[in-house]
Amino acid sequence: MANDPIHQFQISKLAPLGEVGGVEFALTNSAVFMIATVAAVAAFLIFGSGSRSLVPGRWQSMTEMTYEFVAKTLRDAAGSEGMRFFPLVFSLFVFVLFANLFGMFPYFFTVTSHIIVTFALAMLVILTVVGYGFMRHGIGFLKLFVPSGIPGVLMPLVIAIEVISFLSRPISLSVRLFANMLAGHITLKVFAGFVTSLTAMGAVGIAGSILPLVMTVALTGLEFLVAFLQAYVFTVLTCMYLNDAVHPGH
Amino acid sequence: MSKQNRPEETGEGAPGDLDERLQQLKSRLEREDSKSQKQTEESSSGKMELAQGLKLGAEFVSGILVGAGLGYVIDGWLDSSPFGLIIFLLLGFAAGVMNVLRSIGAVEKPFEKPRGGSK
Repeated sequence: MANDPIHQFQISKLAPLGEVGGVEFALTNSAVFMIATVAAVAAFLIFGSGSRSLVPGRWQSMTEMTYEFVAKTLRDAAGSEGMRFFPLVFSLFVFVLFANLFGMFPYFFTVTSHIIVTFALAMLVILTVVGYGFMRHGIGFLKLFVPSGIPGVLMPLVIAIEVISFLSRPISLSVRLFANMLAGHITLKVFAGFVTSLTAMGAVGIAGSILPLVMTVALTGLEFLVAFLQAYVFTVLTCMYLNDAVHPGH
Repeated sequence: MSKQNRPEETGEGAPGDLDERLQQLKSRLEREDSKSQKQTEESSSGKMELAQGLKLGAEFVSGILVGAGLGYVIDGWLDSSPFGLIIFLLLGFAAGVMNVLRSIGAVEKPFEKPRGGSK
């Protein structure tokens, strides 16, 4: 059981919160870590922006860099008009980043390794895009699916492909983040498991366990990179999709 | 005498000296700047490429999955099994290829061109 690589993703109920319409509600370990993530983000930002000195200290500098990084990403992708979505994009980036990095602590639960969590985040983005697109452009938002310069005969085919391509966005957005976190943590666990099971085999095993140990160390570094990159990719794609909502058909 | 001479000397020599030194400092700073900029550009472009690579796999698969799912649902509605699944699976394949080509920038986003072509 200690060696089961999937065990770390199991959801356990910590405190029951009662029942609503036959569906049980409970405080799970996933929920606890989401709350912890939000608390850590809030602490980071409040603590970092607390001093407001002209020459920033370490914490303030980190906070400002995070802000500027996300602001630049959003402005590059969606223009200054897209900046109205900055609170959403910034929250998403910081939440995903902190959740990913939280998962790197031993014995911690990785919130983003569950597809329902990432899918909820992706649907939040897509529904914002669709909602804002229709609110802003009315029926003209559907021009998103009608590329210009296509002969009339091909129109139905192209529109069908564009619609499927649009519908696949929340799937690819959520699957990418979830799959990377899940696969990374399983790989890490499997390699670390090799170390313990090899050392139980005596002197030869101990000598042989050096290789998976090295791999585990290297993979841990890679996982930190992936944790950051996935948060970044999620943010960039969010910005690109929001750009479609701000200027469809351009 | 020497006390009076010194401020005069510096008064004459300082502007030239200062300008020269400022010039030197400026050029040195520029050199440093361009060096560090190049370094950050290199490291960030490597990361961006990795991010790009991680994006592509899911793009293709999700297109096919959505196409197949849509076909399955439509078959259920219209009782047209298996044609809906076949057609939408193929359309999903095309959409997946479109997703990949679009995300690597090989196909221009159709909605980023000015309007007025066929409509």
